Amino acid sequence: MKAAAFAYTRPAALADALRAAGRDARFVAGSQSLGPMLNLRLAEPPALVDVRRLPELRGARVEGGRLHLGAAVTHAEIEDGAVPDTTHGMLPAVARGIAYRAVRNRGTLGGSLAHADPAADWVNAMTVLGARCHIAGPDGRRVLPVHEFLQGTYRTALGPGELLVEVELPAFSERMRWGYYKVAAKVGEFASAIGAAVHDPALAMTHLLVGAIEARPLLLPPFAGALELAGDAAIEAFGARIAAALPQADAVFVHQHATALARAVARLRAEGAA
Amino acid sequence: MSENRTGIGARVLRKEDERLLNGRGRFIDDLAFPRLLEAAFWRSPVAHGRIARLDVPADLAGSVFAWRDMAGVRPITARSTLPGYQVSDYAALADGVVRFVGEPVAVAVAPTRAEAEDRVARLAPSIDELPPLADVRSALASRTPLHPGWKDNLFIELKRDDDFAALEGRVAHVVRREFRMNRQSMSPMEGKAVLALWDDQRNQLVVYSSTQVPHMIRSGLAECLGLPLAQLRVIAPDVGGGFGYKCNLMPEEVAIAWLALKLKRPVRWVEDRREHLVAGTNCREHQYRMAAHVDARGRLLGLEAEVWVDSGAYSVWPFTACLETGQIIGNLPGPYKMECYRCTVQGVATNKPPFSPYRGVARPGVAFAMEMMMDAIARTVGRDPTAVRFENLVTAADMPYTNIARKAFDTGDYPSSLTRVMEMLDHAGFAQRQAEARKEGRYLGIGFATYTEQAAHGTSVFASWGLPIVPGYDGATVKLTADGTLEVKVGVHSHGQGMETSLAQIASELTTLPLEAINVIHGDTGETPFSTGTYASRSIVMAGGAVSKACEVLMGRARTLAAALGKCDAAALRLEGGAFRGAGVTVSLKDIGEAWFHRPERLPAAVPDGGLEVTEHYKPAVDTGVFSFASHGAVVEVDIDTGNVRLVDYVIAEDCGTLVNPMIVDGQTIGGAVQGIGTALFEEMPYDAAAQPLASTYADYLLPGASEMPHIRIAHSETPSPHTRHGIKGVGEGGAIAPPAAILNAVNRALAEFGVEFNETPLTPRRLLAAVLAARRARAAAPLKEAA
Repeated sequence: MKAAAFAYTRPAALADALRAAGRDARFVAGSQSLGPMLNLRLAEPPALVDVRRLPELRGARVEGGRLHLGAAVTHAEIEDGAVPDTTHGMLPAVARGIAYRAVRNRGTLGGSLAHADPAADWVNAMTVLGARCHIAGPDGRRVLPVHEFLQGTYRTALGPGELLVEVELPAFSERMRWGYYKVAAKVGEFASAIGAAVHDPALAMTHLLVGAIEARPLLLPPFAGALELAGDAAIEAFGARIAAALPQADAVFVHQHATALARAVARLRAEGAA
Repeated sequence: MSENRTGIGARVLRKEDERLLNGRGRFIDDLAFPRLLEAAFWRSPVAHGRIARLDVPADLAGSVFAWRDMAGVRPITARSTLPGYQVSDYAALADGVVRFVGEPVAVAVAPTRAEAEDRVARLAPSIDELPPLADVRSALASRTPLHPGWKDNLFIELKRDDDFAALEGRVAHVVRREFRMNRQSMSPMEGKAVLALWDDQRNQLVVYSSTQVPHMIRSGLAECLGLPLAQLRVIAPDVGGGFGYKCNLMPEEVAIAWLALKLKRPVRWVEDRREHLVAGTNCREHQYRMAAHVDARGRLLGLEAEVWVDSGAYSVWPFTACLETGQIIGNLPGPYKMECYRCTVQGVATNKPPFSPYRGVARPGVAFAMEMMMDAIARTVGRDPTAVRFENLVTAADMPYTNIARKAFDTGDYPSSLTRVMEMLDHAGFAQRQAEARKEGRYLGIGFATYTEQAAHGTSVFASWGLPIVPGYDGATVKLTADGTLEVKVGVHSHGQGMETSLAQIASELTTLPLEAINVIHGDTGETPFSTGTYASRSIVMAGGAVSKACEVLMGRARTLAAALGKCDAAALRLEGGAFRGAGVTVSLKDIGEAWFHRPERLPAAVPDGGLEVTEHYKPAVDTGVFSFASHGAVVEVDIDTGNVRLVDYVIAEDCGTLVNPMIVDGQTIGGAVQGIGTALFEEMPYDAAAQPLASTYADYLLPGASEMPHIRIAHSETPSPHTRHGIKGVGEGGAIAPPAAILNAVNRALAEFGVEFNETPLTPRRLLAAVLAARRARAAAPLKEAA
């Protein structure tokens, strides 16, 4: 299928882009999600505003230990270390597991978050990292925690004409540790289950994430000994909590997600030992 | 065999890859014509319904068409002479009733595809829904036939019913199982594509089609359009894969050809991936209920089977719904001996896209059922699955051997291929490796499958399936040119098989010319002699045989001219290095070509006037097919917490008779195996209870990818066929036949301790994990029983 007709502009600056978009246009960057939707005519916006090259969306810097990544930074740039990393390797590792290299060359961090597919890697990785989303729009700028930015399957807090411009991570300490595990039928596919864990004693942060659940990611309330669990005991303990939080989930769903989280925790622990 | 290094058996790179790998292939989407219109179809959103209204906005008159506009065009009607077969009329655009989601109802044309889709988007036909036949069960239960004049929902039922009385007292076990191979899409890299235009100069309708069978498409189009064959030319340019998908006449092909006649402008339609997944023909969906009667050692005495094929809404032309069913009843016994055989196969009409042959044609299904059954028998009698196979396989000493289904096996040592894959996987040491892995919490399994690949089966076989077009002789034209290079023209089509190389190798073998002096031309009914085309692993045998025969005749004529030019005795000359040598003279093929075409004064007046262009036709003396064979072996590791299966090792020992190009055989074998791995683990075209397709993009329909592939190791043996020129057998389909069985057998071995057994493809992580979790729960609930 071919896309329905649309107007296309590529403004040079953020202010121009916001003005050009008005309230009806869609922003487009890497086009790895929107492109297929346009071609399938699942989306028929009257106009596209290309923000792929906006300087305001292409930056990457560390300020006060906090990493700021522009929304149009590509998966490949994160994978390749072309932008700074304050997560002890988590961001490049997650990037490396996204789809295929051809997708990573074009797809962007912000595009992935704004598309809000529950099985997408950045949706889950940024949630477990406790990222904040910087939004610009016709009524000015605002900042939301990613867990509020994401509202559900393909739903975000972005209003008409609003654009995600930057993602900001907490100032992780040297003692920050992470684990991320994806269950997928094959390499490059969207995950059927994602488990992720981040622990930073300096920030008093212990995040246990259950992702790819057809809703925004689930952060399990931390519990004593969670990071020490291993093997079948870990799957059982996490499974019980997942089943309680997601009562509609069947046994396979719970087991895959519990396994993903157990393996993420195991990786976090292995990293700490290394 | 001659000493030249580009003949039969040479490992040479594929000639066609030079253009294909450098992006210079010419596919239908690459063609450009002035005033070209692009077409898009309005397709039924419901599985079954009556078209109540189909209004065309006034401004679209002349650019949107429906069946009512196509007066005089006949529906695609795939007839069969088999008794009881019920015929379906498949109109190019739905004739009042739609019978599957995706069925073309109207077509729009515009200068670009996007604009054509805009026009389609403005159509809103109203369709009164009818109850859908979503699967075999509901179709068999329904009292309302899908097609007018039918008595039930069976295209065809085939039956074989031996008396089992002779087995009395010898049967130790009756092993019963049900198997299911789910529905698939075929996914060639290039979808279907058609471009048609009227050529005033030639007074012909020229139809470019992405097809495997240009000559047959020509016949089918002529029938539907009522055009004389002489006014129809079909050209298949580069075709990006076929696998069986492109061996049928498709309704879109008829519609586009008709539009070109109607509009007097070139019209093109290129199938997109969504159309392919939703509306394209499907394949593979078989269900089996089987009972194997065996003795205490697992020797197969008799086999009973009931088989159902979900044949979809229409019978495809020319292969019909009879091909798959016929292949099932004929190939289910496989390479095994048995005394009696009882089998019923039903081709059932449902509200799904039509079913068409796909690489392996029914044999992946029957081999899956039979090879899973072999392992089930082994478990029942307590022997190793390989031992049970050796107990039952037809052996080299038995050859030639006519099996229970009257398949005439020509040559081969079937057990040796199994021995070979066992060695390649170190079968003897596997139990120890498995036990060591188990200590680390890893679950390893090993599995095997053995099969025969009937190839190049001809007239008698296809006639027995009652098809509207039955293959007979295949033609080849060879022409020695004035500069001593050779043109080879064949009616088959090469779209991944490497035949521009392998057929040139056969010509090289016969003429001693180097490959670069030989040009193979195919895919144009205006230029090539008739062949029914490329399918059924037939082309290297049929076209290869025709090329060989034509070259032999041509070289006979060249020899006569060489003797005339050299003024010597023809019998004294030997053909070597592109020249006739001996008796103190050397006359090259170039000398001969030049003399014949440009300098006839060099020839004596009395020289034979047959010329240097030869067309010959060929079919093997025995036309029931030649039998390639192979065994596959797989080692898998199963992740019992995610349900994923990793292929640790995969080996194939195959024999396709004389190898024309071992690298091409490897490529065909690996390509087939990858598709078989797709069947085993990934590919499924699911439908809901309303017969709505649930996979319309590759996000939902999973194909195997490079990351999932093990390094496939292949061993060859060469047992020539006595029936064919050069002893060649076919090999295009074989790789796809065995992987589902080899892999699922391996998984079942890996998970034996859980008591689970998988008999359905694809074995998805979800299916696997559901069964393992249920088994673990049951074990946890009954620990005492396990201890006992």
